Amino acid sequence: MEYEALKYIGAGLTTLGMFGAAIGVGIVFAAMLNGIARNPSAETKLAKYVYIGAGLSEAMGLFALVIGLILLFAV
Amino acid sequence: MTDKASHGPLHQFEIHYLSSFPDIGGLNINFSNASLFMVFAMILVTVFLAGGMRRKALVPSRWQSMSELTYEFVASMLKENVGPAGRKYFPFIFTLFMFIIACNLIGMLPYSFTVTSHIIVTFTLALFIFLGVIVIGFIKHGMHYFSIFLPEGTPWWMAPLMIFIEIAAYLARPVSLSVRLAANMMAGHTMLKVIAGFVIGLGWMLGWMPFILLTVLVGFELFVAILQAYIFAILTCVYLNNAIHLH
Repeated sequence: MEYEALKYIGAGLTTLGMFGAAIGVGIVFAAMLNGIARNPSAETKLAKYVYIGAGLSEAMGLFALVIGLILLFAV
Repeated sequence: MTDKASHGPLHQFEIHYLSSFPDIGGLNINFSNASLFMVFAMILVTVFLAGGMRRKALVPSRWQSMSELTYEFVASMLKENVGPAGRKYFPFIFTLFMFIIACNLIGMLPYSFTVTSHIIVTFTLALFIFLGVIVIGFIKHGMHYFSIFLPEGTPWWMAPLMIFIEIAAYLARPVSLSVRLAANMMAGHTMLKVIAGFVIGLGWMLGWMPFILLTVLVGFELFVAILQAYIFAILTCVYLNNAIHLH
């Protein structure tokens, strides 16, 4: 196959990295809902950590995007 | 339609030079649009803080109370993560947090340039934090600083592998810190441009559908801008805590 075509196929395959990010963010928010359901008064304390955790987990999916962009524009 | 050539979604990240000095020592020292927006961010933060504290009232006005709230926010974040020993690093963390949040928020204005979407900007910030934390660790603990690579209670036969893994995780910190901020900004703005292209492309009959999505996404991007600045600052505090109190 041509070099150009392989680059695009590789860039398309990097989108599979979003699976991990999606599952991770889902786990973080599921834990928050569990926590609030068991102890509603802990909502403000939990909310602080939830957004940090969601941001860190989302970043993993964005690392996959960076690999895709490198493949498309810098290789 | 417009008579200018249309640009793709990545055109907004291009660097344009606003001056034309010759190269000095092979380095390009021209003033670019990135530098201009960094100056805007600095002016915004200075006006926000100095303007709020103009009238140092005991019962604060609205503007003064916003300035005091941002101070209190960063101070409590530092005290919670580093403890009292972190007090002397407050100017640095505060500058870092306000610079990143100002750059991110200015980038949300139409036709502006997001400084933190370039990996070189965020990598410079993360690299200086990484090197600074190492220097602080060595000044405080001397050669004992290397003990952060071997967690307590590991069996002797796992030690070589653990040291290797811990060094790799330690070296991944500046990379992950910088790429997280740059990729969030770049991906957000690229997505906004692509969906804005749909609004124009679908015309006035169907263009309201991507427009509603665009409105929601702008709101989300404002949230992400502030959140990513907060995550950068709080991870810096965590790394600083690791260096000062070895685990």
